[in-house]
Amino acid sequence: MAVDDDEDLLIRLRAGDEEAFEEFVVHHDSALRRVARTFVRTPSAADEVVQETWLAVLRGLSGFEARSSLRTWVFRILMNRARTAATREARQVPFSTLDEDDPSVFEPGFGRDGRWISAPARLDGDPERQLLSRELRQHLLDAVDNLPPGQRVVITLRDIVGLDADDVCELLDLTDVNQRVLLHRARARVRAELVPWVENRQ
Amino acid sequence: MPLFRRHRHVDPLVCREFVQLVSDYLEGALPEDQRLRFEAHLAECDGCEGYLEDMRRVVDSLHAVPLAPPEPATREALLRAFRDLRGG
Repeated sequence: MAVDDDEDLLIRLRAGDEEAFEEFVVHHDSALRRVARTFVRTPSAADEVVQETWLAVLRGLSGFEARSSLRTWVFRILMNRARTAATREARQVPFSTLDEDDPSVFEPGFGRDGRWISAPARLDGDPERQLLSRELRQHLLDAVDNLPPGQRVVITLRDIVGLDADDVCELLDLTDVNQRVLLHRARARVRAELVPWVENRQ
Repeated sequence: MPLFRRHRHVDPLVCREFVQLVSDYLEGALPEDQRLRFEAHLAECDGCEGYLEDMRRVVDSLHAVPLAPPEPATREALLRAFRDLRGG
């Protein structure tokens, strides 16, 4: 299905359809920026990486062979540019290490028997949809920004951008298991970061 | 070894373990016997049921996060580059 969408989009892009390109940019630019930001120090460095990425995408469109989805291809280009930029900044990004905090740190509510001492705090839901309340949704991106870099990039690619697990493993050179561990820690920590917003209000 | 597996199999899952397995469950990555233990615990523990629902909402809400469109200047510059490449 995604491949069919891609085919259509690709035809339009290659034909010089400006509307298609604009849509494509609007759709991905901000996600690219968020991912770039996990690699480089400053917003302006991230902007530069994203701009380089778009130009590389434009130049590469005619040669794109659709062996991956268009979106994954764009993120692969971004990742290469961002890594180069991070090297320029002499910045180490420890994506494949798992020595980041364990989620159990954020869930101290277990007794010695491993059961909840009291039921965990509940996050408010949206009355109309299966989402968090509007108020909590406003704090989601801040919570993601506060994560350690590996967790942050994995949750961004998986849950915000919506890439699938295989693509993320490949992009970040992670094993299946490590990808899931990082994703899980990220989600657990984001949830835990939202809890005080619920508790402080009451 | 088989004895050990058998013992593990009947071992009920506790909340701490449940919390650690939530993403594996949501990713469909739990082996069958683990998944059954997970679901058995889920059916009898309100705390864990709530935790799982919240985690689902976190994930779904992240999917629904509205991302800001690029600055008009950025958009313009990219469109120009797009045109130039087509023309050139």
